[in-house]
Amino acid sequence: MSRLLPFIGFMLLAGLFGFGIWWNTQHDPNAIPTPLLNKPAPAFDLPKLYEPTQTVSKADLLGKPYLLNVFASWCIECGVEHPVLEAEGPTLGVQLVGYNYKDVPADAKRWLAQHGSPYAVVIADEPGHTAIDFGVYGAPESFLIDAQGVIRYKHIGPLTPEVVAKELKPAIAALRKEKP
Amino acid sequence: MRLSSCGSGFSRDALGTLRQKASRPKPLPQGSLLRLLLAALLSLAGALHAQAIEPMPFANHAQELRFQHLTHQLRCPMCQNETLADSNAPIARDLRNQIFQMMQQGKSDDEIKQYLVARYSDFVLYDPPLTRGTWLLWFGPLLILLGGGGVVLVAIRKRGRMPANGSSGPRPPIDNGDDW
Amino acid sequence: MTPELGQLALILALLLALAQGVLPLIGAWRGNRALMAVARPAATGQAVFVAIAFGILVWAFLRFDFSVQYVADNSNLELPWYYRIAAVWGAHEGSLLLWILILNVWTVALAAFSQKLPEVFASRVLAVMGLVAVGFLAFIIFTSNPFGRLLPMPGDGADLNPVLQDPGMTFHPPMLYMGYVGFSVAFAFSIAALLGGELEQAWVRWARPWTNVAWAFLTCGIVAGSWWAYAELGWGGWWFWDPVENASFMPWLVGLALIHAQAITEKRGSLRAWTILLSIFAFSLSLLGTFLVRSGVLTSVHAFASDPRRGVFILAFLTIIVGGSLLLYALRAPKVAAGKPFNLLSRETAMLIGNLMFAVAAAMVLLGTLFPLIGDALHMGRISVGPPYFGFLFPLLMLPVVLLLPFGPFLRWGKGDAGMLKSMLLRVTIAALACAIVAAFFVDGHMKAIVGVAAAVWIGVGVLLYAYKRWREVPSGRRYPAEMAGMLLAHFGVAVFVVGVLLSESLSVTSDVRMAPGQTQHIGSYDFRFDGAHRTTGPNWRADQGVVTVTRDGKDIAVMHPQKRTYPRGQVQTESAVDAGITRDLYVALGEPMDAGNIAGAWSLRLYYKPFVRWIWAGGLLMMLGGFVCAADKRFRLKRTVTRAEPAIETRLQETRA
Repeated sequence: MSRLLPFIGFMLLAGLFGFGIWWNTQHDPNAIPTPLLNKPAPAFDLPKLYEPTQTVSKADLLGKPYLLNVFASWCIECGVEHPVLEAEGPTLGVQLVGYNYKDVPADAKRWLAQHGSPYAVVIADEPGHTAIDFGVYGAPESFLIDAQGVIRYKHIGPLTPEVVAKELKPAIAALRKEKP
Repeated sequence: MRLSSCGSGFSRDALGTLRQKASRPKPLPQGSLLRLLLAALLSLAGALHAQAIEPMPFANHAQELRFQHLTHQLRCPMCQNETLADSNAPIARDLRNQIFQMMQQGKSDDEIKQYLVARYSDFVLYDPPLTRGTWLLWFGPLLILLGGGGVVLVAIRKRGRMPANGSSGPRPPIDNGDDW
Repeated sequence: MTPELGQLALILALLLALAQGVLPLIGAWRGNRALMAVARPAATGQAVFVAIAFGILVWAFLRFDFSVQYVADNSNLELPWYYRIAAVWGAHEGSLLLWILILNVWTVALAAFSQKLPEVFASRVLAVMGLVAVGFLAFIIFTSNPFGRLLPMPGDGADLNPVLQDPGMTFHPPMLYMGYVGFSVAFAFSIAALLGGELEQAWVRWARPWTNVAWAFLTCGIVAGSWWAYAELGWGGWWFWDPVENASFMPWLVGLALIHAQAITEKRGSLRAWTILLSIFAFSLSLLGTFLVRSGVLTSVHAFASDPRRGVFILAFLTIIVGGSLLLYALRAPKVAAGKPFNLLSRETAMLIGNLMFAVAAAMVLLGTLFPLIGDALHMGRISVGPPYFGFLFPLLMLPVVLLLPFGPFLRWGKGDAGMLKSMLLRVTIAALACAIVAAFFVDGHMKAIVGVAAAVWIGVGVLLYAYKRWREVPSGRRYPAEMAGMLLAHFGVAVFVVGVLLSESLSVTSDVRMAPGQTQHIGSYDFRFDGAHRTTGPNWRADQGVVTVTRDGKDIAVMHPQKRTYPRGQVQTESAVDAGITRDLYVALGEPMDAGNIAGAWSLRLYYKPFVRWIWAGGLLMMLGGFVCAADKRFRLKRTVTRAEPAIETRLQETRA
């Protein structure tokens, strides 16, 4: 009986590997799950990209849910994601807030002029300090923040129509159900 | 499946690593898994370490050692096969600066780690914390050692008493093996 | 036209491998000599076709045949010919072709050198090798074909990753595969023994030299990989406990246990089931290593291919081979303990404790490597397991081994001599303490360094004392049989390795500095003077090259040239400058110019002083050498045709009479 132990142990291992292969088809293996899920978004106070003397803070955006989309002109995948935002943005039912990450403002403005802007407002975080508080480590990333300022959903990587349909829209719908 | 491209350091696009650097359209075919390989391997490329070389104004050698020790224990969220000390991803650079500043502010190693874990989850710790979930990880080897040790002890006990096989006649005394 | 011939060759090889794998097994089962005799010719035929396929791929690379997708992906017109050959195994498909080529090298060697083995046994062994080949050839043909075409053919290819354009990197995979694949021989021997119901352990003697050579090659491959990582990657480290490094380390540890267990089983007849189990584990871990880096199951720097289809294929293959052999083990392994008995104080016990620690260490590395996956399965979020875990537990587990190592040869089989052991213990303790005290003065009280010196002296003096004992007691000519000489070399290598690791880890100094031309930095006891940077070119790269002059107490030591290279496709790579030395390495990596446009101005640099780091690889190479020397022992050569398995003691008696 004890002679079967190695066999049993190995089959368990094989099962684990099978799970691993399956899991990797469902998830981006490099995505780090955010510890901020269902926690309040960090406080921020960042200048607008187009009116740098004015700032937008977390308090300013309370009261309505919004999708915070981290992007930059140097980010190739953001260019892939942008048409999706342009197309699906209006249908989402929440406003889009652009978060320009570690970018030179002139480059960002040029990029937006070139690709179009689905954003209601664009804030700029050139040094990138506030982004650390959000747990951002690259672009693109998207946060769904509810009316109370709590992060309800985060997506790492570009938003595709599939992700929008399967994950983002249901999350937004869930928010709506909560409101009286 | 997307891989973080640590060669270009910025966007999350495995394909982008090569497109960004190429001066003309790439002849690479679609779906080439090799690009994933290149992207993954480029995360090793020494270029990364070039930008990870960042002289900082340490007050003394002890502080420098503490910084090196700390950043070697932390994992880069973008170039996930490197420590914060060696990665050149922009986020690694930002985090190193952040850690340096926190050291200047007198924060302890634990406080610094907690700060990062609150934003990037346990993922950034190469030293897995001892929690209920990681109990198996930290004590598993000990359990295996005890189990194996028990088996070895039983085996030795048994063999001290058993007769030798394959030789004719009554049980011979334990020989000392004049061969070396 | 030619690449398709390569595909055809692989298909023919697969058919022959099928014949080699299936027919001799049936023949051995039924006693059909004609079927058994298929093994050797089929193996030879398979090898020929695999060699043809490999040759065609090499030729495609040398001829810049960019119509082959794999060639276009891994080379370009500026790549020097030697790196074009290395590019053959630079990515997934080609590395698998190398794997199967090396499997055939071992199989052909086995076919040639097994003429004197009993026919039934030999045909089973070759058949098992054939079945393994079937799996790999099928995998290549159906999921990883290196001969796929790329049409329209591009004018120039991509590039071999610059990081791979280095002698160490070209050398490392073949050596590593020689080791991985070599464990298939011990595996095949064990399976053949289980199938044939060989209760006697004579076959273990036949397996020993093959296993030792395989382990030695694996040691060489791991050392080459570690040395390359140090020289090429600019981080000053030599081991990161990365999943793919662990994938090579686990079979190494189990192989290490195996070569010791085989010694016990061969000489004393005991631990037969354990030796068989270890053979299965060693090869299984080799296959597991192949799986891990190609299935995308783990994030790793080496991940070749993250294709779930390939992952499933390898997993199925793994389940059949490993699951099947473990099931066979459960059913057929010897159930009754046999062989000579031994006391608590005996060489067997010491080696058994060593085996235990190696096995637990391998299990620990497996646990740590797979834990992120377990964490995902149990929804614990993403957990990272890295050097703080492995680097803590591994030395802890190896401590008993280090302590016992000097006593191994002094302990007798069956029953050790307590008196002699006590005197030996006294001598090594005194030597270790003395050297530790002396070392303390040189290393500023770094505990790790002192422990390293003490441990190395402990082991080293033990080895030398035994060598001296043999020299005194045994007449010349018979003092050091190859097996013993190999053991002494390998054990001494452990001492060298331990002191290298502990001294370099505790005494290294690293510093990131900003230097303008003419400025000097003092690191260790050396002065590094930066003499500015300028442009330079190479065969397929352009570079900014810095000049760093190193002096010590005014005396010139070295002039170092760290570079930042740019390759044709735009990849940038730092080429660190290393001044190698027996007692220390000096290491300089170029960072960035302080003023982005002006390379003649100040730069950021990373300077390292790394004492005794070369001893790490020297120790590894000594262990490798020990493995090869041990395998060369005359005892392992088959002197006459063995018609039936004989008990070891009878064989040995006859040989000493001869």
